Amino acid sequence: MKHTLTTSSLRWTTFALLTAAVTTFTGCDKKADTQSANPQGGGKKLVVGFSQVGADNDWRVAETKSIRDEAAKRGIELKYDDAKDDMSKQLAAISSFIAQGVDAIILAPKVETGWEPVLKEAKAAKIPVILVDRGIKVSDESLYATLIASDFVAEGKMAADWLAKKTGGKANIIELEGTPGAAPAIDRKKGFADGIAAFPEMKIIAAQSGDFKTAKGKEVTETLLQKHGKDVTAIYAHNDNMALGAIEAIKAAGKKPGQEIIIVSVDAVKAGFESMVKGELNCAVECTPLLGPAAFDALDKILKNEKLDKKTVVADRVFDQSSAAAELPNRKY
Amino acid sequence: MNSASSTFISRFLQSRIVWPLAGLALLLLFNLIFDRAFFEVTTRDGNFYGPMLTVMRLSVVVMLLAMGMTLVIATGGVDLSVGSVMAIVGTLVAFLAVKHHLGFPSLLGVAISVSLSIGAFNGVLISCVGIQPIVVTLIMMVLGRGVALNITGGSPLQVMDSGVLFLGKSFIMGVPVQIFLVLFVFAITVMLCRKTAIGLFVEAVGDNETASRLSGVNARGIKVLVYIFSAVCAALAALVSIGDAGSVDPDGLGQMLELDAITAVVVGGTVLTGGRFTLLGSLIGALLIQTLATTLIRQGMDSAYAPVPKALVILVVCLLQSQKFRAQIASLIGNFRKPTS
Repeated sequence: MKHTLTTSSLRWTTFALLTAAVTTFTGCDKKADTQSANPQGGGKKLVVGFSQVGADNDWRVAETKSIRDEAAKRGIELKYDDAKDDMSKQLAAISSFIAQGVDAIILAPKVETGWEPVLKEAKAAKIPVILVDRGIKVSDESLYATLIASDFVAEGKMAADWLAKKTGGKANIIELEGTPGAAPAIDRKKGFADGIAAFPEMKIIAAQSGDFKTAKGKEVTETLLQKHGKDVTAIYAHNDNMALGAIEAIKAAGKKPGQEIIIVSVDAVKAGFESMVKGELNCAVECTPLLGPAAFDALDKILKNEKLDKKTVVADRVFDQSSAAAELPNRKY
Repeated sequence: MNSASSTFISRFLQSRIVWPLAGLALLLLFNLIFDRAFFEVTTRDGNFYGPMLTVMRLSVVVMLLAMGMTLVIATGGVDLSVGSVMAIVGTLVAFLAVKHHLGFPSLLGVAISVSLSIGAFNGVLISCVGIQPIVVTLIMMVLGRGVALNITGGSPLQVMDSGVLFLGKSFIMGVPVQIFLVLFVFAITVMLCRKTAIGLFVEAVGDNETASRLSGVNARGIKVLVYIFSAVCAALAALVSIGDAGSVDPDGLGQMLELDAITAVVVGGTVLTGGRFTLLGSLIGALLIQTLATTLIRQGMDSAYAPVPKALVILVVCLLQSQKFRAQIASLIGNFRKPTS
């Protein structure tokens, strides 16, 4: 073994071995059952455990609802656990799912690391684990079946494509970045840079972090507009909150947001849609929480022993002022 | 030079605000050399605009927080909950304006009474139950964020109330409203602290709580009072902040601002162990922090590295404030000079 055994990993390993032993004795005929039976029709009802990191915002609530609804639609019994943003609770929930002998586990992980022991436990019990919305770092990729998520890089690229089309490939852009080091901030920046690379006349004249916050988005935009003045023709924000702040800054500078300066953002939450309907925000690339259908499609493939990619990208949509009004009533988050 | 003016100058040089002022002057000098446009002022519709005015306007939120924080720190405590109080008040005000169409007076009433209760809760737990300030306000910081998120389910909300928007966006005689607000709060606080015995009591409690109680100061009452004051300042900061930003994000509003407020107080020359305090110093501290932030943005500093110069400036100002450090530097220079002379 490469790493030294700390007390906690020792505890986990023992626990994993014990549970593995228990499930081998108690769970073998049931396993054979589900493998042979058609997962969709009749036979034994599938049981899936879903460990959600928390329910503190509407995006997560929408994600949970999507998974619940899809499970109900397919006649699958869903065991749901809300970890209330606590990693240890989430680890405990997965252990408990394994002990209950569920057929699969869906996990919306809180952080990237620390999952190895519990996932080895699941693997030993032959329970496939499907990750949703965020990836994890493990030394052995076979510890999880697949990751169902939006592709942040693709979101950045879609924002760039829309802006290129809107401006005819000519723009001086302020980029409002997310919190330095956060995965969405890094990937949305990269995707956007890739997207505008084909257009030599699209330039990012300033890029600063607004920490994903409205007030900071406004502060940064206000200061950058004072510095770069008339040069700025477009703003790309890594989330809607910062875009909303930027719109206020543009108004405070005596300009018309959405007309004199084009604003593109990612997330497409309800407030973003309201702003598009008002004619201020120009475009929002969706980061969808509706991962249920894709998650259970992946489960189908696993049960049928079909090949599955390590990452399943859920298609995000692009909304602009022309399509916002129609979609607004459907926005719950 | 006559003796009166020379004592004035020497008193000024010994006062605590001289070091944060020196830091601010250095930053402005940097901008004067490298970024002349920083000092540009333009008028539009009779209102003044420009980077300097923006800096002043943006520092108002931390200034308000810092004033409450100064008194709390002067009693030997600390208030980590101000950012979360901002989040609760800001989200609640925006929510009530949108969903229940409350007018500005009612919204102001809600903001004041909610913050008053939170401050009283903090103060009572600290002074009567005897739990440490850092623990009580840490609990409130965590709890408050959760409450704020639950009001809207974490989604951002537009600010609709014209009174709140007035506080954040309007001008009086060409000058942003919130600058008048912070000067007004500052004037009242200084009056209460220096023209009545409250300031003295606060310092007495911070210097030695037992001694102050034995000499008849109502130490508990004073402590409850400063935490209430801090929370009310946070409520005002919330109104200014959401009025300025035009919308509320419950997970971002006020986040980490408690640290900016503490930094402003410390940089301003009030020591964390309690006792003597300077409200003017804290205002200058807040202005210094915002000037630095704006300078870094204008210089195009990569956001990932921006905290480093911020930390350096805080370190330098704090070192300069330490008499021991200054004495050591002075003796070092003295030793260096001796052989040559």
